[in-house]
Amino acid sequence: MGNTLFDKIWDAHVVSSKEGFPDILYIDTHFIHEVTSPQAFDGLRKRGLPVLRPKQTVATADHNVPTWDQHLPIKEELSRYQVDMLTKNCAEFGVELYGLGHPYQGIVHVIGPELGITRPGGTYVCGDSHTSTHGAFGAIAFGIGTSQVEQVMATQCLLQSRPKRMKIEVNGKLQKGVGAKDIILYIISKTTAAGGTGYAVEYAGDTIRSLSMEGRMTICNMSIEMGARCGLIAPDDTTIEYVKGREFAPKGEEWDKAVAYWKTLYSDDDAQFDSVLSFNAEDIEPMITYGTNPGMGIGVTQHVPVTADVDPTEQKSYANSLAYMGVHDDESLIGKPIDYVFIGSCTNSRIEDLREVAAFVKGKHKADNVTVWVVPGSKQVQEQAIAEGLDKVFESAGFPLREPGCSACLGMNEDKIPAGKYCVSTSNRNFEGRQGPNSRTILASPLTAAAAAVTGKITDIRELLSEGELVG
Amino acid sequence: MSTKIFKHIQSTAVPLPIENIDTDQIIPARFLKATTREGFGNNLFRDWRFDENDNPKKDFVLNNPTYSGKVLVAGKNFGCGSSREHAAWALSDYGFDAVVSSFFADIFKGNALNNGLLPVQVSDDFLAKIFDELYSDKDAQIEIDLEQQVIRISNTGDEEAFEINPYKKACLINGYDDIDYILSNKALVEEFEAKQ
Repeated sequence: MGNTLFDKIWDAHVVSSKEGFPDILYIDTHFIHEVTSPQAFDGLRKRGLPVLRPKQTVATADHNVPTWDQHLPIKEELSRYQVDMLTKNCAEFGVELYGLGHPYQGIVHVIGPELGITRPGGTYVCGDSHTSTHGAFGAIAFGIGTSQVEQVMATQCLLQSRPKRMKIEVNGKLQKGVGAKDIILYIISKTTAAGGTGYAVEYAGDTIRSLSMEGRMTICNMSIEMGARCGLIAPDDTTIEYVKGREFAPKGEEWDKAVAYWKTLYSDDDAQFDSVLSFNAEDIEPMITYGTNPGMGIGVTQHVPVTADVDPTEQKSYANSLAYMGVHDDESLIGKPIDYVFIGSCTNSRIEDLREVAAFVKGKHKADNVTVWVVPGSKQVQEQAIAEGLDKVFESAGFPLREPGCSACLGMNEDKIPAGKYCVSTSNRNFEGRQGPNSRTILASPLTAAAAAVTGKITDIRELLSEGELVG
Repeated sequence: MSTKIFKHIQSTAVPLPIENIDTDQIIPARFLKATTREGFGNNLFRDWRFDENDNPKKDFVLNNPTYSGKVLVAGKNFGCGSSREHAAWALSDYGFDAVVSSFFADIFKGNALNNGLLPVQVSDDFLAKIFDELYSDKDAQIEIDLEQQVIRISNTGDEEAFEINPYKKACLINGYDDIDYILSNKALVEEFEAKQ
């Protein structure tokens, strides 16, 4: 019997596999950030242990940083202390830090790939659930808790039981205005927010193959939103082209050797999956969420599902969720006024996302009732956007281009959505209060978010794209 | 280093029959600025527990003096979302030793086990029985026997077996630690690295 892509990579990283114990899995690169690492560094100190492989550990500050005036000291004392703590810990333990002001600083899941640290066949972990993003390169990548951060620091390994394998295939041609974000929101609306729990998910099919690396990262990023342990996509020429020439990518002979290995990384034809789901790209509309978990998504022209149609045991939670969002049974959300638009996060803050938004908003202006934030995923994305003049396009449209960080995705740093306000957001979670206490999040693609910014309400992007205009 | 030792508990319980409770509800991100593991219990379920002026919300179960105990009983897919271990720390710090649900998110489950907080996964039916019992008798006791892997409703005698990874079970009962285990296999790690 053949092997899945996931098993090929897992098997190549097993240090020890013993009956009754989780496997000891070798970790190629450990990404760390300011929020989930301080207690782990403390743990090492208490044990008197070093970071075993500091050169395989990469740090950045992203969650708890401002995205405006980054050259000034962080205003909020606790945030400043936490970011300073990362600097001190990295210096003490010999870990490379791409902190504020560094040309490589940015959201951990944006900088790993853009620096060529994330590569096919590797194993990557980080104290952040969206580590699944890196799976887009055909790698095993997942989020871990702080005790495990300490574990990887101390041993460069992780105790982990092998998950089950799921394949999700998407085939066919996407409609105009529909992109990677719509695909993954559509998938999660079908699987529910728990449907992937216990699985490593491989995305396959010609629609997935046709996506750029940025699109593939958007898909894998949200694997955790269906509960999956990780998501991955077999590497191909698109992947290899993306990695080639990046700062830390292999060079010369090493490169040739690496590429030869990467070409063996695919699921064999007769590989067995524990579960297989198939979807048609033609069925996918521009997607939006209406509730308080990412599984609560609908096509933009569809109506909010009726409470009576929901599983009886879940009706109370469902009704609470609609009440929180200020939406009702069978409502069409098209035309609903919104207050904020956030374009950013590890899901959608890469240069391609910014280019797509800029191409659409060029010559247009945001609606008066809306505040728009565009937050690049990294310093490099910001510099690239400026070099291409995208900042000027955004500025004329009333969308200030901010500085890199997680920003309004998680309601932790200064960028928060006020209580009761609606934010159309390109981020990944619409949980209650995720973007600030009592804020209301509507997840969408960068194009749908840009359309809402321009019209001031939930809009079907397809109606604003003229014939021949950009495709998702 | 040893972790907290866990064998058996018998306690009253707190019912929270909501599905898909995510870790942002358990501990909102704005409280993740602390650099130690202590004190998160004060902000457990912060935005469900307190209003914008920090006054307790009367209708939330943790503010209802009727219910208390070391066991939290919650709807399915508990702990979904962010990997923040602060969620497990907050539940432990508040005083919970176990969470019972019909389904747990992966990362939360691992984090809980690494902190001596036992996630007990039961069937939908058994979960419904526990809720029924707690609503008919606030003093109903829940017993969890980790060695036997059984959860029991004391009043009715209803019980159900639950699963747990045998290694993690041994860790909880004996206070073993993952890092000690991997370090005891350090030669294998070095051997693996040498082959790369």
